[in-house]
Amino acid sequence: MTLTSDSSVVGSARVKRGLADMLRGGVIMDVVNPEQAKVAEDAGAVAVMALERVPSDIRRDGGVARMSDPQMIQEIQATVTIPVMAKARIGHFAEAQILQALDVDYIDESEVLTPADEDNHIDKWGFTVPFVCGATNLGEALRRIGEGACLIRSKGEAGTGNVVEAVRHLRTINAQMRRLASADEAELYRLAKDLQAPLPLVLEVAQTGALPVPMFCAGGISTPADASLVMQLGAQAVFVGSGIFKSEDPDRMARAIVEAATHYQDASVVAKVSTGLGAAMRGFEMASLEQRLAERGW
Amino acid sequence: MVAAPIGVLALQGDVREHVAVLAGLGVEVVAVRTTQQLSDVAGLVIPGGESTTIARLLETSGMRNLLAERLRDGLPVLGTCAGLILLSQSIVDGRDDQWSFGTIEVDVRRNGFGRQIASFETTIQVDGVGAVPGVFIRAPKIESWSAKVSVLATHDHGTGPTPVLVRQDAAWGCSFHPELTDSSAIHELFLASV
Repeated sequence: MTLTSDSSVVGSARVKRGLADMLRGGVIMDVVNPEQAKVAEDAGAVAVMALERVPSDIRRDGGVARMSDPQMIQEIQATVTIPVMAKARIGHFAEAQILQALDVDYIDESEVLTPADEDNHIDKWGFTVPFVCGATNLGEALRRIGEGACLIRSKGEAGTGNVVEAVRHLRTINAQMRRLASADEAELYRLAKDLQAPLPLVLEVAQTGALPVPMFCAGGISTPADASLVMQLGAQAVFVGSGIFKSEDPDRMARAIVEAATHYQDASVVAKVSTGLGAAMRGFEMASLEQRLAERGW
Repeated sequence: MVAAPIGVLALQGDVREHVAVLAGLGVEVVAVRTTQQLSDVAGLVIPGGESTTIARLLETSGMRNLLAERLRDGLPVLGTCAGLILLSQSIVDGRDDQWSFGTIEVDVRRNGFGRQIASFETTIQVDGVGAVPGVFIRAPKIESWSAKVSVLATHDHGTGPTPVLVRQDAAWGCSFHPELTDSSAIHELFLASV
């Protein structure tokens, strides 16, 4: 937190988490150039994630995936009025410093990029810009929050067009939160140990039954029905990566997923927007993958 | 005092926080996603979120025309952040195609206080109420306003006082987020006018 000249405060937990609150009910779309960013904003995206290659291309190309070129991020910032997010490698605090200097609105410390540190994530408390991090279970989510993440997204398996891992992660996090909420107080210390999570955060979840920050969903969402599914499972917003711009008609798919994220409880609306959409991205079976991105992060 | 129910426009944004504040004040609250729900409310809160997204969803849900009509008929409304943008008469430097209801004669600049790293918390002095916490997140800035607009609070962010809470007849606009704080003072002000 920093005090400014008129005694207002920037970078507080409330303004960092507050932006995540404002994104709820929305769709954050991966875009690789200003043209795609414009399509996303026109379709009603609440934010865009600026990156050089969508996850399915990173998966196909292999090699080391890094932070995007600042010029590309700046071109996208100049094109849209909605928040612009960008990805830094896990543990690569210098990339995060650069992204903050570029005035991005949110940093995703992301397993989609090649990790830079196999022991430590970025110490996120020292930054004014807020961070979103992925999690496959409650312990991982609380460790990230302990490091200063202001938004958690279930990881899913990025770039696959297959929602099965996102569902697994959401259900796991929900089940573990229910377990904490129903536990005897004396059990919470042991449960914190099992989760490998900071005790104060475990006690908070036990009391409130929810994460202390918003929880969104990412990884494998590629149809309006997928968005409805994960929202009904408790996700408060969705990140869609390859699912839009790898589909047959990205503009229509983007609009359809935006409507599905809002009206996820109304199957007649989801049915209407799903009708005649063209092909979704092709997708992969989990068993066919050589690299599981969700296993990155610790 | 309140003709129930009060709606919270629930297309996108921090709907839950507004619902919680209103429910905490003992008001019957409806999350509004359909024209039917919109027809039944005695007052409406338009929450924070992304104004471009909410505007688009107002169109696809068929609510845009009905809401415009109800606002012209004097429906009491409180817009916070994105909600203020939607109620404004014009948007400075917005997208070419971005529309607003024109309910409050103010010109607003989206993200007028800067991008996210400039988002801030401060204390706001509200006429007749006193100090309330002000949470500004990529907040819109009111750059000009007509004589019909009452300015109830201002904030000086280094460039001179700027209105941050305004009222024109039954419509209230707020560039900060009272729903993200423990204070329900702004919601109480609004409810007293419903």
